[in-house]
Amino acid sequence: MAKQLIKGNEAIVKSAILAGCRAYYGYPITPASEIAEAAALYMPRAGGVFVQAESEVSAVNMLYGAASAGVRAMSASSGPGISLMQEGISYLAGAELPCVIADITRGGPGLGNIAPEQSDYNQVVKGGGHGCYRMLVLAPASCQEMADLTALAFDLADAYRNPVMVMADGFIGQMMEPVEFAAQAHPPGSQPWAVEGNRETRLNLASSIHLEPDRLEEHIRHLEQKYLRAQREAVRCEHYETGDAEIVLVGYGIVARILKAVVDEARAEGIKAGLLRPITLFPFPSAQLRALARQASVFLTVEMSTGQMVEDVRLALEGRKPVEFYGRCGGNAPSAAEVLQVVREVARRSTPVLIPGAIAKTEVCHG
Amino acid sequence: MAEVPTGYTVLHERPKAFYDTFERKGDLQGQTHYCPGCGHGLAHKMIARAIDELGIQDRVVAVSPVGCAVFTYYYFDTGNVQAAHGRAPAVATAVKRSRPEAIVFSYQGDGDLAAIGTAEILHAANRGENITVFFVNNAVYGMTGGQMAPTTMLGQKTTTSPLGRDAFNEGYPLHVCELLAALEAPVYLERVALGNAKQVMAASRAIKKALTNQVKGLGFSLVEILSPCPTIWKMNPAKAQERVREEMVKVFPPGVYRDRTAEAQTRPAPPPPPRLEELPRLLDLEAHDFTPAADFQPGALDLRIKVAGFGGQGVLMLGEVLAEAGLLLNLDVSWLPSYGPEMRSGTSNCHVRISNRTIASPLVARPTMLLAMNEPSLRKFVADVDKGGWVLYNARSLPADVKAPEGVHVMCVPFTELADTLGEPRAGNIVMLGALLEASGILSREAIDRALEIHVRSARWLELDRRALELGRDAARKELAYACV
Repeated sequence: MAKQLIKGNEAIVKSAILAGCRAYYGYPITPASEIAEAAALYMPRAGGVFVQAESEVSAVNMLYGAASAGVRAMSASSGPGISLMQEGISYLAGAELPCVIADITRGGPGLGNIAPEQSDYNQVVKGGGHGCYRMLVLAPASCQEMADLTALAFDLADAYRNPVMVMADGFIGQMMEPVEFAAQAHPPGSQPWAVEGNRETRLNLASSIHLEPDRLEEHIRHLEQKYLRAQREAVRCEHYETGDAEIVLVGYGIVARILKAVVDEARAEGIKAGLLRPITLFPFPSAQLRALARQASVFLTVEMSTGQMVEDVRLALEGRKPVEFYGRCGGNAPSAAEVLQVVREVARRSTPVLIPGAIAKTEVCHG
Repeated sequence: MAEVPTGYTVLHERPKAFYDTFERKGDLQGQTHYCPGCGHGLAHKMIARAIDELGIQDRVVAVSPVGCAVFTYYYFDTGNVQAAHGRAPAVATAVKRSRPEAIVFSYQGDGDLAAIGTAEILHAANRGENITVFFVNNAVYGMTGGQMAPTTMLGQKTTTSPLGRDAFNEGYPLHVCELLAALEAPVYLERVALGNAKQVMAASRAIKKALTNQVKGLGFSLVEILSPCPTIWKMNPAKAQERVREEMVKVFPPGVYRDRTAEAQTRPAPPPPPRLEELPRLLDLEAHDFTPAADFQPGALDLRIKVAGFGGQGVLMLGEVLAEAGLLLNLDVSWLPSYGPEMRSGTSNCHVRISNRTIASPLVARPTMLLAMNEPSLRKFVADVDKGGWVLYNARSLPADVKAPEGVHVMCVPFTELADTLGEPRAGNIVMLGALLEASGILSREAIDRALEIHVRSARWLELDRRALELGRDAARKELAYACV
């Protein structure tokens, strides 16, 4: 199909419909509102449902209802609304109901502002609701990925019977780029476990309750196994110029786009920089980062926050190499020039590459 | 079900809409978890019997609440969905919308529906969702051990109103039927009681009617059931029933609060969904026909454009047309707006990149072109313009105290004034676009014309914009002739 110049937010809706989504429940919020607006227009055209809920609390529970009924369903919001949805997300994960939520992030805490920030990482990736659950989290860095990863999100949601978040910052939601949509539309399907209101599904139950401690533990272990499987099978990341990189930049979303420009400029100055861009934030590309620790002498995480993902980078590297951090927040994006300055400083003070043998030993211990 | 022995006639039997044994329940699978004398068992039975009588068991989806009735799925042999506290109407809304053939009811207590779930019930009712709600009001929180409910009566003692509910401290009992009767959409609202056999029979009729309405597709129905709670009320079942009969009905008068079933219209069935092959057209994904001229050679192109001005001057649209034209020419493009309050007042800007290589960052920090539609934008961004770049400014000259960086081309033309000669000052952005194209020679005329067609939907505006484009080109030619560089 030909490429369309399209806003990231709108690309999400069109791709969702092509992926078989036929239900949207949401509440408007800047900078995510175009998703609701596009869904209001296109869902009915595709024979789907659009309801503007009275709150994000209701929206996420409508999502729970639609997912219970076995349809591919989605919602979208931004930081403050995602905070309100956390209760419902916990229920969705507990009841093993697949659905997709898009978080087009903005500045916080509180009302913060509507400019782009990446400060939802903790509440989305670490799970802001109660209980032992995770969301699978995809982080697009372009409008094309808004489309591609939304489609992937529905497949992952079904495969893991778990809510999946597509988390992009306000820049990616608001910008327009060429997007090529899927050539084949996915038919709206049904699920054997769904409660559809017919004879075939009469015995089905969607619920997150397990009253007996042993039963609940069994259920939680089952969920845990799914998340472990995701960590083995669902990790995605992009390597850019990491082959011989001594300084590995780590960033996602719009920041990764800026970091690519930084890598190019740093290399032009003779600094061996590379970029690892996590595409899945959970599962996190920990093994891929550890592999880079063999050759790199230092990691520099850049975020539009005071440092949230950087904790996962440090956990992944387990102290093998120093992890530096540079962040901007409040709705400010770091410019390539200012990050380049940081890269120069980090390059100046970083120690040379450690002895490869010593690293290899540690690598065996930690797989 | 056991076989009926010879000589016996069945007068009453357990409704088929109940499971034979309650296997989802841990122990005592022959009986419910409700206390003796509790109204829930009775309410369940009346609902199950109505389901049997209407012959809808396969189609029913029961949405259970949080509270004593959290385990309704132990009992109803129907589809079951268990909801978060207070959210059953939202859950039921979506089940029904996605499966219109299903008969969906939520079953909620007074804390669930009238406290934490107030927003959900009010809005489901106000949307006129074609669902049925059974609201069991026993004026107290049973499951959690006897705390105050929104429907607790004045003077009634609970564990969180130990001195009795005091209007000055806790307000008044909430009247749900009366509240919902203020809305236009509900079709049927009735309050019934379980205080004696006569009341129970009336309750049974109301429950069946509320389900029937949904089967007929008439819209939102709610039955409020005043129900005894002997355990928490610390009364024997007979006394508890007496309290419903004597005390509760005075605070919550039974009766029909809304009945528009006679005049309500049956909801039309949704149209059949489109075929999958139709989706690209329905999603506006069909290709814009355009073939770049064979001799179009962009070479090493890396345009970093910033367009800025007041909201309403069309700066975002100008950027979109540039990006669309770039895409038509098979270049990589990006368009990034400032968004939010700027859209409504104040200054607005967008970053546009057009390149023959893959664009890394869509942000434009060092523009090669600044298109400044107003003075604040000029002042804000002029110092950032890269050497060899262009500044187009919407006035006859730069302000006396503003200087463009060295090596930057400047073109000052009153674009808005020129557009005014077309009778439409808002076309100033396109006049500026025309001047930019003429001055810089970027992109092709055909691509810009096609991009305008794509982005300008009104025939009047398209005609106007075409003239504005030419006006801009003429103005630029004159300026260049004077070598204002």
